[in-house]
Amino acid sequence: MNTNPSVVRHHIISVLVENKPGVLARVSGLFARRGYNIFSLAVAPTDDDRRSRITIVVDVESAPLEQIVKQLDKLINVLEIDELAPGDAVERELLLATVESPQATRQTFAVQVEVAGARILDAGDDTVTVSLEGTPDELDQFALLLATHPVVALQRTGRVALPKIG
Amino acid sequence: MKTNGGAALIKALELEGVDVMFGLPGGAILPVYDPIIDSPIRHILVRHEQGAGHMAEGYAHATGRPGVAMVTSGPAATNIITPLADAYMDSIPMVVITGQVGTAGIGTDAFQEVDTVGITRSITKHNELVTRAQDIPRIVREAFHIATTGRPGPVLIDIPKDLVDPTNPNSALDWYWPDSVDLPGYNPRLDGDPELIEAAARLILAAERPILYAGGGILKARAAEALLALAEMLDIPVVTTLMARGAMPDDHPLCLGMPGMHGNYTAVTAMQESDLLIALGSRFDDRVTGKLDGFAANAKIIHVDIDPAELGKVRRPDVGITGDCRLVITEMINALKILGGADKQPDRSAWKSTISGWQEKFPLTYVQSEPGDLLKPQFVLEQLRDNTPDDCIVASGVGQHQMWTAQYWKFNHPYTWINSGGLGTMGFAVPAAIGAKVGRPDRMVWAVDGDGCFQMTAQELVTAAAERIPVKIAILNNAYLGMVRQWQEMFYEERYSEVYLSPDLPDYKMWAESMGCVGMRVESPEDVLPAIQRANEVDDRPVVIDFRTDAREKVFPMVPSGKSNSDIVVGPEDYR
Ligand SMILES: Cc1ncc(C[n+]2csc(CCOP(=O)(O)OP(=O)(O)O)c2C)c(N)n1
Ligand SMILES: [Mg+2]
Repeated sequence: MNTNPSVVRHHIISVLVENKPGVLARVSGLFARRGYNIFSLAVAPTDDDRRSRITIVVDVESAPLEQIVKQLDKLINVLEIDELAPGDAVERELLLATVESPQATRQTFAVQVEVAGARILDAGDDTVTVSLEGTPDELDQFALLLATHPVVALQRTGRVALPKIG
Repeated sequence: MKTNGGAALIKALELEGVDVMFGLPGGAILPVYDPIIDSPIRHILVRHEQGAGHMAEGYAHATGRPGVAMVTSGPAATNIITPLADAYMDSIPMVVITGQVGTAGIGTDAFQEVDTVGITRSITKHNELVTRAQDIPRIVREAFHIATTGRPGPVLIDIPKDLVDPTNPNSALDWYWPDSVDLPGYNPRLDGDPELIEAAARLILAAERPILYAGGGILKARAAEALLALAEMLDIPVVTTLMARGAMPDDHPLCLGMPGMHGNYTAVTAMQESDLLIALGSRFDDRVTGKLDGFAANAKIIHVDIDPAELGKVRRPDVGITGDCRLVITEMINALKILGGADKQPDRSAWKSTISGWQEKFPLTYVQSEPGDLLKPQFVLEQLRDNTPDDCIVASGVGQHQMWTAQYWKFNHPYTWINSGGLGTMGFAVPAAIGAKVGRPDRMVWAVDGDGCFQMTAQELVTAAAERIPVKIAILNNAYLGMVRQWQEMFYEERYSEVYLSPDLPDYKMWAESMGCVGMRVESPEDVLPAIQRANEVDDRPVVIDFRTDAREKVFPMVPSGKSNSDIVVGPEDYR
């Protein structure tokens, strides 16, 4: 994983689609077919369950953003596309990780977790599962901290984003 | 009214105005073949599903109406993949219906199950797996709307068997016919932005060396008349790409003919030297531009296309206009008039005389064969061109014969040239010609085919003979995969690898006769005309003429692959 995702080569496209079978395959298939790289992708129905929102972070070095957007727009089931420049969006992502945390140092670890704004969701004798919701940068920082422990599993959701209001 | 999915499907096709469909039945689509018996729709039974797809394409090319093909699931669906890809590349309106295993079987690797919508997703404009019989009328209505509007293209409808089988309760529905389509994500823009049109008009009036670069979109938009009016109003020369041959009459003094890899010197060079390319429904295909960074280096670009994704995809336009070519050209003519019209243009007589100088200096040429030698393919084409009606429809396969036909024919009417441009599909000619003849029975239809191509889809002549579809096929039999041979000769030091086919195996005359066609063989120049005349008189069955042509003949001019259009090779004497 790129440890410095704030670099400008990433762009966020927020795609409102009809919530129908196969639509995600159409969108991701288009990326594959045209040689565009997806950095992360998050999808779920919106408040209107006939629609889903797909948030795609694209590697704009793999293709000009304009072509990606225009090709996406040709898909019949795509209703709306917003390009969100990194500064213009409110972005959030969720990280879950299970790390080794021996009892002896558990207390120190718990403090670190709390300072980072993360939470302990589950704990066993030797391992702990933590979660952090935040900006991609905050998650990156937290992932660095976790890396000082043996990480058993780490999962990020990929970011979701909406345009900034203010 | 209570009905079932199969009956509803056929009724929906009738309401869409479908008069003919091309297909071949099988297990999953069987229930739909029953109501066909009672339908006024003519069904043409093909011998291979690829034939059905190309026939539908030929029909669409010739008539402007969507072609329709229907086949079963699994291997039939995979057999029609090539025509779908072909129609997608060349923006042909087509609706293909495939049978699918029953809804309960989907995903179980059932007999003759393939993921048809998955396989065809990237080669259709849209596709849909039907999941409820109730959706059939709506989905058919939407399919035809999507296939024929905006940038046309193929749409596939995949229908599970239980939804069309009247003995299955899943097929029950209440009949309805939607009076409009509701596709919130699909709104092709037709009229051009007036400000951009005015900006384009100003560029045109200021240009010293403008060229109209007409592509297949002109034909799709039925914009040939508008193009002619624009060209004549401002006296601007026109090049017609491989997909646009016939969009401007070849006999018109402003028509420069075909640009591109095998375009004529004048068309290629006029684009190269121009200061303004007015691209209308064309897409800067690599076969037209040659090496991109050397292409028309000093030209500004006006680009009009109904597909906004084409604008800036290959070459950034100075003015890019999304819209229907016919409407935009008409609006552009109005804008030009308001700005003062032709009187406001610079004097372009120097440019015009440069162009006519190229035309005189670099005509298409070939050397006639010596007595006893094989025929020159160009000679056969000239004879065919000069001895068929001016509005004769010509289809071709892919290879040298295709390029010679595009070069040597005089296309004076739109919709008289049918070929596979974007995909370059060998085997296209025979079925496409059949589809065209079905759509335009009033026209004479010839296919110019290669011996290699002919062997890929010749079986459809059985279809044509059985259905009394009198197409005529001229095989330019050079005993080679000629275009590949040409590349091996020119770029692989004459090391010929796997390109020899033999002139006599198969025996094309006997093969034609065995398929219910008239078969002929022509070996010497004086026999060419009589054979063509005899073929023209046959009206009750297909005709195949095996013209024995010289394999050493190469297509020129040629811009070698990867080279700039400025490095055009005019003839055999200047390529080494
Ligand atoms: C289905 C398919 N396979 C392979 C090719 C590559 N190809 C392009 S032209 C050509 C030779 C065609 O031979 P023929 O039909 O005899 O035409 P000729 O060039 O000899 O006129 C080949 C093999 C193709 N375009 N399509
Ligand atoms: Mg050949």
